[in-house]
Amino acid sequence: MTLLEINNLSKHFRSGGRDVTALDDVSLTLDPGQTLGLAGASGSGKSTLARIVMRLLPPDGGSIRFAGEDWLALSGKDLRRRRAKIQMVFQDVLGAFNPRATVASVLDDPLRIHEIVPKSDRPRKIAELLDRVGLQANLADRSIRDVSGGQRQRIAIARAIATDPALIVLDEAVSALDVSIRGKVLELLVELQRERDIAYLFVSHDLAVLRAVSHRITVMDGGRLVETGPARQVIDNPQSTAARALVSAVPRLRIQTPQGHSYEP
Amino acid sequence: MRLVRNLIGTPEGAIGLGILVLLALVALFAPVLSPGDPLRIAARPLLAPFTDPSFPLGTDRLGRDVLAGIIHGTRTSLAVGIAAALAAIAIGLCVGLTAGFAGGLVDEALMRVVDAFQIVPSFLLALAFVSVIGASVPVVVIAIALGAWADPARLTRAQVLSIRERDYVASARVIGTHPVEIALREILPNALPPVLALSAIIVAAAILTEAALSFLGLGDPNVVTWGSMIAEGRNVLRSSPSLSIFPGIALVVTVVAVYLFSEGLTKTIGRGRRIA
Ligand SMILES: Nc1ncnc2c1ncn2[C@@H]1O[C@H](COP(=O)(O)OP(=O)(O)OP(=O)(O)O)[C@@H](O)[C@H]1O
Ligand SMILES: [Mg+2]
Repeated sequence: MTLLEINNLSKHFRSGGRDVTALDDVSLTLDPGQTLGLAGASGSGKSTLARIVMRLLPPDGGSIRFAGEDWLALSGKDLRRRRAKIQMVFQDVLGAFNPRATVASVLDDPLRIHEIVPKSDRPRKIAELLDRVGLQANLADRSIRDVSGGQRQRIAIARAIATDPALIVLDEAVSALDVSIRGKVLELLVELQRERDIAYLFVSHDLAVLRAVSHRITVMDGGRLVETGPARQVIDNPQSTAARALVSAVPRLRIQTPQGHSYEP
Repeated sequence: MRLVRNLIGTPEGAIGLGILVLLALVALFAPVLSPGDPLRIAARPLLAPFTDPSFPLGTDRLGRDVLAGIIHGTRTSLAVGIAAALAAIAIGLCVGLTAGFAGGLVDEALMRVVDAFQIVPSFLLALAFVSVIGASVPVVVIAIALGAWADPARLTRAQVLSIRERDYVASARVIGTHPVEIALREILPNALPPVLALSAIIVAAAILTEAALSFLGLGDPNVVTWGSMIAEGRNVLRSSPSLSIFPGIALVVTVVAVYLFSEGLTKTIGRGRRIA
């Protein structure tokens, strides 16, 4: 059974009298526990697709089915409750947190809103989440501004898995991180996927990153999906010009394992 | 509390806050510092300053104590300035938040009203309002607030619109936070600081407007104000300039203190932002 099924999605922006086609007839599917890498040059529409899937932005046309339901038909309280099942990790490790938040409050929000555990149990659950993403529990009382970028992205991941989602959308989730910690965070993501059967829609312009986590890769160019296939096939034997350009942008790109968590920049 | 500590860390903030605290104490303890009605005739008219120790700043044309006038005038100036600024900020916040959150037609309509108020010079508005309704302290406060709420309204709306698009608001939506909670916990606290920094400037402008209204004889006739003292002294400006100069100095010191304070506040908030 497919977890996510997107059909004929389209989106236009009108900015300053100019009409931009951000998404043009986009269709894709994603199975549970799988990672679909979404590659594409800057401005090709990747974030727009991610934001529409997250219901942060309405599409102009098309449909999205998630876990057998019409995802675009949900609204209000129904939508808020179902949101537990689709989570997101943002690129900007700073901007994605309220500057007033503490590490504990960031993780407390999903637990409280979706009543994951009783109130008295929340501190224990927060410590557990921190531990799961490889952080010390004593980080909880710190302001979110007082932890490093890598730690912050681990906290974002902890927040995303707090509601036990079936799908996490990651929009350039490791792009802002130092190369030395990027591999570690990718490893953590692959581990969590194996352990909890989470599907990832992994947006990145960097095929070296996508190679390390994706089962399949789809390449976007000017709002259209121009090539989709197994990760290995797209990287070893790119067909479209957009895919070839992305491959040639990463000099030492050799696939070692189908989903090898070997990330070599 | 941390804000106050950081504020004192900047020289402007420290000096401004220091003077303002002093002025506030003077305003608060005016009846102790200078008992009795400051408008009563206390001594012989036009007593020169620094001649009689019991009237250090001399007396005016009617024999009223100038120092007593300045001390009690502090009360009026600060009270009117702060009350008018509070009213303006309150109205501005309500209008700006409504426009920013509601969007669409409501936003359009409210912003046209804001435009209208911004186009009319605020002093003319206050002047017209007071001369139609009649001079009393509450009317003066409302008149000044009417001309001052448009700026905070515009700023609040701009803040809400910009913060609404931040990733952390998207992140709150993504985990299913209720829209009301997003407005109150994610957007409002982060939208406020620049508006509060603006409030100090509004206080300074309000104090000046109040003085100008009093100068034109449109202040409350039953209370002493620096503006009415300056106007009173104007009649004998050549022979006794001190009658206008002393309340003038009080006015300048207060307004400069408020500006320094707001400068320090803006810097402190700006620095907090950069760390953020
Ligand atoms: N709110 C908006 N208003 C107007 N145009 C927009 C808006 N958001 C995106 N666009 C336009 O839509 C197109 C796709 O943008 P999008 O952010 O989805 O690209 P992207 O693939 O994520 O790029 P990047 O790799 O730089 O993040 C771009 O041309 C962009 O300028
Ligand atoms: Mg993007």
